[in-house]
Order: sequence, then C-alpha cells, then structure tokens
Amino acid sequence: MTKSEPRRITADVAIVGTGIAGFAAAVFCLERGIRAVQLGHAGALSYTTGYFDLLGYDRGRPIADPWAGLADLGATWPGHPLARLPRTTIERALRRFTEAIGDLGIAYVPPGGTNVRALLPTGLAKTTLSIPATMAGGAAALAAKKRTVILDLVGMVGFSAKEFVANFAADWPGLTSARIGFPDLDSGAEAYPEVMARALEVRGTRERLAERIRAVVGGAECVGLPAILGVHAPDRVHAAMEELVGLPIFEIPTMPPAVPGLRLRELLEQGMPARGTTLVSQHKAARAELRPDRIDLHYRDNFGEVVIEATTAILATGRFLSGGLAAERTGVRETLFDLPVAQPATRGDWHRDDWFDPRGHPINRAGLLVDDDFRPLGSDGSPVHPHLFAVGAILAGQDWVRQRCGAGLAIATAWAAVEGVARSTG
Amino acid sequence: MIHDADVLVIGGGVTGCGILRDLALRGIRGILIDKGDLASGASGGNHGLLHSGGRYAASDTETAAECRIEGEILKRMAPRAIDDCGGLFVAVEGDDEAFAAGFAERCAAAGIDSVPLTVAEARRLEPAISERAFAAYAVPDASVDPFRLTIEQVADAGRLADSLFLPHTEVVGFEIENGRILAARCRDTKTGETRIIRARQFVNAAGAWSMAVARLAGCDDVHVVYSKGTLVIANTRLTRRVVNRLRRSGDGDILVPGGSVSLLGTTSDTIAGLDVIRPTPEEVDRNIQEGAALIPALARTRFIRAFAGVRPLLLPSGGIGDDGRKASRGFTLFDHLDQGLENFATIAGGKLTTFRLMAERTGDLVAARLGNREPCRTAVEPLPALERSSWTEPGHSARVWIAAKNPADNILCECEMVPKSTVDAVLEDTPGAEPQMPLRAIGVRSRIGKGTCQGSFCSIRVTSHLYDRGTYTGREGLATMRDFLAERYKGTRPVLWGAQMPQAELAETLHCGLSGLDLIDGHGEDGEP
Repeated sequence: MTKSEPRRITADVAIVGTGIAGFAAAVFCLERGIRAVQLGHAGALSYTTGYFDLLGYDRGRPIADPWAGLADLGATWPGHPLARLPRTTIERALRRFTEAIGDLGIAYVPPGGTNVRALLPTGLAKTTLSIPATMAGGAAALAAKKRTVILDLVGMVGFSAKEFVANFAADWPGLTSARIGFPDLDSGAEAYPEVMARALEVRGTRERLAERIRAVVGGAECVGLPAILGVHAPDRVHAAMEELVGLPIFEIPTMPPAVPGLRLRELLEQGMPARGTTLVSQHKAARAELRPDRIDLHYRDNFGEVVIEATTAILATGRFLSGGLAAERTGVRETLFDLPVAQPATRGDWHRDDWFDPRGHPINRAGLLVDDDFRPLGSDGSPVHPHLFAVGAILAGQDWVRQRCGAGLAIATAWAAVEGVARSTG
Repeated sequence: MIHDADVLVIGGGVTGCGILRDLALRGIRGILIDKGDLASGASGGNHGLLHSGGRYAASDTETAAECRIEGEILKRMAPRAIDDCGGLFVAVEGDDEAFAAGFAERCAAAGIDSVPLTVAEARRLEPAISERAFAAYAVPDASVDPFRLTIEQVADAGRLADSLFLPHTEVVGFEIENGRILAARCRDTKTGETRIIRARQFVNAAGAWSMAVARLAGCDDVHVVYSKGTLVIANTRLTRRVVNRLRRSGDGDILVPGGSVSLLGTTSDTIAGLDVIRPTPEEVDRNIQEGAALIPALARTRFIRAFAGVRPLLLPSGGIGDDGRKASRGFTLFDHLDQGLENFATIAGGKLTTFRLMAERTGDLVAARLGNREPCRTAVEPLPALERSSWTEPGHSARVWIAAKNPADNILCECEMVPKSTVDAVLEDTPGAEPQMPLRAIGVRSRIGKGTCQGSFCSIRVTSHLYDRGTYTGREGLATMRDFLAERYKGTRPVLWGAQMPQAELAETLHCGLSGLDLIDGHGEDGEP
C-alpha cells in the first residue's frame, strides 16, 4: 500500500475544542459568516450543572450584582480575562449565545442585571446569572419560599430528596420530600438519569409518571425533581409534564453522568453542523503548525490523516480535564502548541493546604497570558502568532470553579476572539 | 457519661488493639479509646511491611531477631491480614559494596534466613529491578494490612470479652488517689462532652502521644522523639515481593506491594510537634528519585496518593541527635512504680512487626496486677474471620453483593464495588460503630474512598444514602462529607500531576461547583454578599 497524501480542509478559522467556549465561538462565527471548522473530543462539557455563571463568588462570598463584581475585578484579580472586556461586549455575547441555545431547544432565562440563587442537589443555593427554563422554577420557588415537594426516584443513586430538604430546612420552611418509582424502572436496580430522560420523550411515559407525581404532591404549590425531563426537547417535555401534573415543575442538577451536560452536548453537536459549522467531533488534534500565512491542525480519522489549513485559529481546549493543559512533576505545559504557561514557581505552590480554602488554589490561576485581542503571548511578551487566539478556561488569571464564572468566561472571550478573527479574515 | 471496665487502654493503634485482644483472651474486659479513630496514627501511616529483620540486622541485632520471630508468629495468627510475598534486598551501583557483601553474615547473627541471588536471578524474580543492581538476597519479608489487623483484633476482643472501642475520645486528665488512678477524665472530640472512664488498670499505648498521656498522669519518665515519614502509593503492583535497597537506611529505599498497589517510602525527618502531619510534594519527589534508582519504573508510574506517619521512637536518656533512623526500634514497658503509681503502664517504641510481643508483655503485667493467672494466648489463637471486620478487604463487599443477587442493593462506590448494604453493615456492626457515623469512620471500616477516584464520586453517593436512611438530618452530613474529602486531599495533593490532575479538576467541579461544599461553614451560601 502506498502512503496516501493527507486530506486537506481549508477554513477561515479552526476552532479547537468542543466545550462551551468552542461552541460559543462557532455560534458567533456562523452569525458573521466566517467559515469555521471545529475539532474536539468529549471534554468537560458533560459535567456542567446547566447553569450559566458570569461571576458568582469572590473568595467564597456570594456576589449579588455580577456587573459590579466585574468592575471590582481589576483591583482584586489583576489580569482576570473578564476584567478586560467591556460590559456591553459581555452582555451581547451572553444574550446571543443563550438565544442560539434556545433556538436549538434549550431555552434559558435571559441573563439580566443581577444574579439569582439557584438550587444545588445538596440542598444548598449558589448564585448564578442565567438558568435553563426547566430549572428556573426552582430559583423562583426558593425566592418566594413556596410550599414545594422535592421528589427523588427509586434506584437513582446520588440524589436524595431528604438530603435536599434537610439542608434547606432552615431557609425554606415549606419544603417536603417524597420518593416515587419511575415507570418500568422502579425495581430498585440503579436507574440512570439519561435513560429516564429519554423515556420521558414518549407521551405514555410522561402520563404514567405524572400520575405517580400527582399521588404524592399533597398540598404543595410546586414540584422539584432531578434533571430528567428529556434530552432533545426539554422545554416541550417540561411544559407537557406541568400540564399533566397541574403544578409548576422544576429540575435540580445532579451528579454526573447527568442530563444537563448531555443535552447541551448533543444539541450542539447535532444542531451546529445543520446550521453550517463543519464539526469534527470525537477527534483530537494530534499536532499543529504555526506557519507565517496560516495555521495547520493535523488529526487522524478512520481513513487516515487530515490537515485543517486555517487562516486563523481559536484555542478553546480547556484545562487539565479537557486536555488543554498537562501537568508534569516539574511544571504545566500547553499541549497543542507548547505555548508558555503562566504558573506558580514550583509544584509545592500549586495547591493550598486546605482543599476547600475559599481563596482557591494558585494552580487554578495558571494558564495562557493573552493580549487585548486574546492572542496568546510568547516568552518575549508579544503574540505567538498574529492569527492565533485563546479563549475560555485555559486562560490565566481566573478561577472559574471557585468564582463561578465558567460560562461567562467561555462565552465572552469567545466573542472577543471571533471579533479578532473577523478582523484577520477581512 | 460514665463507663466502667477492668482495664482502660489508651490508643487505638495496632498495639492498643493488640493489648485489648490479649487481655480479652485472658478473660479481661477492656475499654479502648482513641482521640481519633482506629489506626489513625503511625499504625495507619506506614509501609505495611512485616519485617524479616533484615533491615535491622546491621544496626540492632536484638530488634532484628524480634522481627524475625514475630513475623513468623503473625503469619500463622493473622493470615488474612498478611500477604506472605517474600522480599529481596538489592544493592545498585553507587551503594557501599562492603556493606552489601556483609549482609548474609549479619542476617545469620540474628537468625534470619537470607539466600544470596545472582543479579540475573533477582531480575528474573522481579523484572522491575534496575539493571544496575550488583548484589541481591532473598529474605522472608511479607506485606501486612495494618488497618485489617487493628479492626480484626478489636472485633475479636468484643466477641471474647465484650470489650469496647470508643472513637473520638481523648484523655484530658486522671483522677488519682493514694498512688492509684481511679478514673480517666475524657473529652469527646466530636461533641465536646465529658466522659469518665473508671477502671482498675490503665494502659498508655498512645504511640506518638504516649509522652503527653504519661505526663497527664504525672509521669515524666517517657521520652519520645518524633520522626516523620512520608510514603507514596503507586496505582499498580510493580513487584510481587517486597524490594529493599541494600544500603544503610535512607529515603525511598523500600517498595512494599499492598494488594494491587505498591507503597514506596519513606523519608525520615525529625519534627518538633504533632500539630499537622501532611506529606509534601518535596518529600514525594525525594522518595521517587531515590526509589527510581532501584525500580526505574517508579519515575513513570502513576501515584494515587501519599501519606505521612510519625514514628514514635523511644529516646534513651542520653539522646540521639537529629537522625531518627539512629534511634532504637526497640520498645520499653514502663510500670511507673518509681513514679508513684501502681496501676498505670506505658508501652512505647517498637514496630508494627513487634506489636504482638509488646501487647504480650503489657498483658502479662496488667494481668498479674489484676491477679489474673491466664497465660498470653495471642501466639497460639489465630484471629478469627469475623464478618464485622472484613469490609476493608478488597473484593469482600463485591463478593457478598454478587452472592446476594439483589439489584436493588445499589452500588455506591463503583471503584471498589461497595453497595448500600455494606455501608449499612458498617454502621450497624463494626468496632466503634455509632448512630451518626462520619464518612471518614465509614471509610476506615470499608473500601469507601480507597479506589482510583479517591472518594470524589462515592462521597456524594454515600452521603445521599446516609441522608436517606436517616443517619444525617441536617447540615452535619455535608460537613462530614467535606471533612472526608479534605482528609483524602491531604494525601492526593502531593501527587497531583499527570493523570491525577484532571481527576482533581473534576473533583473540584463536583465538590465545589455542583455540591457547594466550599460555601458552607460561614462562607457564601446563606451569607451576605
């Protein structure tokens, strides 16, 4: 067999990464008519609660007004990527992206001026900016202290309505719990959220579940249950269930493997190609070359090697969990371009003594330094390549888990990078 | 609350547990207390090496001979806790050739069987050994599970004499009258409540804390030096046998297989106090660097966690300077008569391998003081296999679960296959079980948190189950989950690189992002913005 030439794909922009940041970049490119090829394998998107945070906490303290919080970041978090963007840019990016997700089938409450207190499965609340419509009732019920019954399901491990109620008890007096069996999955054997969610896309299952819910609601004004209301059409399943039960219903996020992340991943992976993005999912870039006039990305599929020849590229590969950064005993490196990574001096400085230290771990602030156009900087302090951009969690100077700023960081920096791409590609 | 017993034993390490069982075999009922939990000091912070004695043949012939004899007894008495895997001593380029050449002779002096091997033979037995080895000997080392050993002894003492273990119970003072201790005044470190324990005899087996306990009774004859040792656990079993570096003791020179993993250690640093003992990245790196000279694969291996223990070394009155490795591994039984007390004893120093002998000597003294003439039977009565002390054994929960064929008994820990029924059994009937049991205590008595995810997933699933069954009814459930994860983190932190780093990032999204555990305890969740 002779060695065949690699196949070549050309693009205005190559987007590396299929998390929120990568998909947000793809959405914004579509809107601007920029020809994008997006490449990536399953990453951290599966682990999301579904809530879109902008800026929820400062060293463990909740932030009510994320915009005021962002204005303060310049002083408290020098170099924070979100502190480099004007409010109008962030607002526009969040609005456009949530609208696009809504068009795909997951409506979000439009991001507003203040944070809301959203529900966690432990029975704690967290501040976040934008909530999927299927979960919005929970924040409203908490705010109004509505008489609410929380349901858990026979065989669903890791979500306990009693736990939820026990931890909210002081804050939310009208809360009760009940356990029901999911139709045909009520033997007690482990019942998986994804299986239940897909089953609820069938009307007959919804009717039978609704009957079981009605039997236990008592005097409750609304019903909370783990996130199982459909995968592909959650808004439709949610509306249908509310009608069948006759009460407002809301979903609560659950531990992985959970439905909210699955929904986003499946809808984006299926919906974006239908709208014109070239998506190479389940593949990882093996190597990349920065050329004077373009950026090449190499990957292999079942038929051999493929080269994406792109005028520009957006690096949205995330941190350690998604593979954008790799930690070695002697230091952290960026995995695709071997870009310089700003990081603590030694491994002994990576983490604090207490896992839950409200200040967060220094290693979480490690990452890529960028210029005002979100182009990663080389060791000489100037951009590594005029048309290479970096967005999302890989950026230095933020702690998206502790600050609850992951979605906002991903979406807003993607917007900024796409503006740069638009300038580069004319 | 007031408790009564024939004997109060202070310290839930392997020696205290051994004394509790030694006495129970003589028909004496004891109460065992620990300010933490079983094996929470040096007993849970060591290699799990049942020494053949070869290690001490050069420095301390008496201890070496004790190790040999005790090792042989324990292999018969505690077979389920011991993997009789054998051991090698191997010297590599750069090590002292004369020291290596004298090994067999020194072993012979202590009665230890050592078989000289060619390097080729040694590498055929253990292919992971460096090709730069130049001398090798086989010795009868073995690997022992110290957690299993402590739990089995306490469980058996309960069966034999209704002896009792009280966790999180710390001695704060003694009531002494006319040269006799009447009672120990204790504090429940979980609730802050006071407990009075009345007994006829009092035994101090508090390990690193034995000097402090002796002082509470007015005795200033116990002098202990603290030597911190850090070890690191590789996620695979790199060798079938224990492999020791054949040189004078140094960092990272012993690799001990423990079931499906390997334990590399240790460092040795004399420390002043016992406040917070945590392994550091620097200590881990030192172990790996030294260990890799003997077993080169250690430089590339994935490590699951590290841990640190404190060797409580007995200080002879003259002192030993700064090097803990030069202190004796021998033990001393203090009868404290010259301190004016007639019913108090302290057993200090020694090693995991010699704990049974330490318990025997203590048991002899205490029994004689009580007028009990039963002889020690721990060298002839094997530890029985009791269900209540078997949940820490890898695979045990899974076997019971599969045999029961009950799919409604959901698996909570997927790494180690621990179902709901095991957690229930741990809560209902294990040594030190109590109604509101913290997650850490459940982990000590089962496989929870010991798999590759180090508790990241099972902590959430077990906590939910515990709320479901009514064990927790308020915030204390989340507090105990947080405490459990913070404790696991102490061990994972120094090995966070490579494949462990994505796990840590995932854990943080689960514990902080999804569960909000960083927001409780006065921070965030309900607080003012």
